[in-house]
Amino acid sequence: MASDLNAQALARYRNDFLREVEERVDEGEWVKMCMQCGVCAGSCPFGPHWEHSPQKLFMMIRAGKRDEVLQSDSMWMCTSCYNCVVRCPRKLPITTIMHGIATYAHRLGLAPKRQPTRDFSVVFWENFTRNGRANEMRLMLRLWFKDGIGAGIKKALAMKNVGLGMLRTRRMSPFEIFGGHGVKDVKGFQAMIRKAQEIEDRRRGFTK
Amino acid sequence: MASVVATNQTILVVGGGVSGMTAALEAAECGKQVVLVENTATLGGRTSVLYRYFPKLCHPVCGLEINLRRLKGNRNVRVLTLAEVTGISGTRGDFTVTVKRSPRYVNENCTACGACAEAVSTQVPNPWNYGLDRMKAAYLPHAMAYPQRYVLDPSIIGTPDAEKAKAACKYGAIDLGMAEETLELKVGAIVWATGWQPYDAARIQPYGYGRFPNVITSVEFERLADPHGPTGGKILRPSDGKEAKDVAFIQCAGSRDENHLRHCSRICCMASLKQTQYVREAFGDGAQSTVYYIDIRAIDRLEDFYARVQKDTTVRFVKSKVARIAEDQATRDPILHGVDTEGYHRYANRHDLAVLAIGMAPSVKAADIPAEVVEDSSGFIEAAAERAAVFGAGCATNALDVNRSVQNATAAALRAIQVVNRAARAET
Repeated sequence: MASDLNAQALARYRNDFLREVEERVDEGEWVKMCMQCGVCAGSCPFGPHWEHSPQKLFMMIRAGKRDEVLQSDSMWMCTSCYNCVVRCPRKLPITTIMHGIATYAHRLGLAPKRQPTRDFSVVFWENFTRNGRANEMRLMLRLWFKDGIGAGIKKALAMKNVGLGMLRTRRMSPFEIFGGHGVKDVKGFQAMIRKAQEIEDRRRGFTK
Repeated sequence: MASVVATNQTILVVGGGVSGMTAALEAAECGKQVVLVENTATLGGRTSVLYRYFPKLCHPVCGLEINLRRLKGNRNVRVLTLAEVTGISGTRGDFTVTVKRSPRYVNENCTACGACAEAVSTQVPNPWNYGLDRMKAAYLPHAMAYPQRYVLDPSIIGTPDAEKAKAACKYGAIDLGMAEETLELKVGAIVWATGWQPYDAARIQPYGYGRFPNVITSVEFERLADPHGPTGGKILRPSDGKEAKDVAFIQCAGSRDENHLRHCSRICCMASLKQTQYVREAFGDGAQSTVYYIDIRAIDRLEDFYARVQKDTTVRFVKSKVARIAEDQATRDPILHGVDTEGYHRYANRHDLAVLAIGMAPSVKAADIPAEVVEDSSGFIEAAAERAAVFGAGCATNALDVNRSVQNATAAALRAIQVVNRAARAET
């Protein structure tokens, strides 16, 4: 499915990656407004730790470096601090674009495998779309034990005090493990999510 | 003194900077009656506090001197200093303008001998040095001041200092009884040339202006280089008075920024290129200038100057808008952080002094002008409509250098002349 989407996108946009981003990525039409001043790159608190700053990613998009951009793990590192957005002299919604590129890369199946933010996002999405509420017990267990039982126990022990604190203050219930609470109309909620996805897919040109 | 004869064939020029002087003189030399209103104590505006012009690096004194000579030789121009337009009513060819005149406390007898300044001890911030130093409360604005007459700062009126100044004056030039007065003038056309002001640098929060003493603006740097400036022409940094041999110039400080000024201020690239030459002039090969830029906008013949500066081994160019400035707390050196666009290298560069090439904002926003003018998205005056009678000139209309301000003011003068000519024809 994912690779089909990629093949379809490749056929449709050929070498015009900028147009692809403009049409398919959230706020992607802003990318061409970047004047390459470098303020976003210099303002990012994570700047030194990732390979491609927003400035660089935008230039790569314009240069048609499709694989490098979509396979980059840089946009997955964005913590949504919005420092770049408030300082951007052209007022580009950089944070939204970062998440937009990440989402698009994920849709196409090109995003880096075993990228922690991506893994978390997938788990979180599954978790809360199940019945409309985040189930902390299940979310936690899925994340801790995804690397095997040994690693899971190790992480659980490391987080023991936080967990006990949350139990004590009733921020988390161990009974959530058996399904947990949800919204009143779970079916209706899931229908809404499906509809939203359908509209978004049509708008982005994934479906007719 | 207070009597100003004006008719509906008179042209009012508001603002006595280089644009206003030019508009007034061009109209007057065509035989028109002109009233030139200036809100400070002297003509010359911001041009008179530049050290040098680009690209020829000549001194503004020269061009101002020519204009002042034209002015002195012309009977058609009436100059009102310390005067401010507070209201305009009427229509094209028939305006009534209200002008508020603040007292100078010094009359025509003044010979600019300076005895009053010696007698006075109170000091006030010196606006002609952008507040970098203080001056006596009895002062001559600057060496090129016109009229060449001292001024008493209103803060000393009623204090013993004012009496001391009066006692020191041999010519009876000090008149402490002067009071604010309001004039009403009839005029036919108006040229609005209130010029520009540096954008408030403290609002560019990541650059730390106002928090870090060694982050200054380009207009302040201009004063440091000027022999009449606060340091006597030595480039000394504010925190410790040390020679600033390694100077960073940060372009587009406020300009081309949706959060600050939307427009390109046009002059700042050339101003910084010029200022790198001040550093070289002061320290020779020991100088180091670094220009941080998005792109250098030096057009037409000005590009030759850019090419010359590029060859200068003491000047380095970094293609990057600086993201933020930090300060070394021990040395108070500014440390510039950012990423350059040519290779995406992350830097943290230490300099002695950081100069913000500050953007130009209109001194009076077009919307605040008490006349019918259209404001553009930056607060400048839009080009006047065909039937207009209030014309913007110089930096009130856009970010312009001196050269283009003069051209622009001449054009405004021509349009004002057309209006009063029509008024004259209607009467005969």
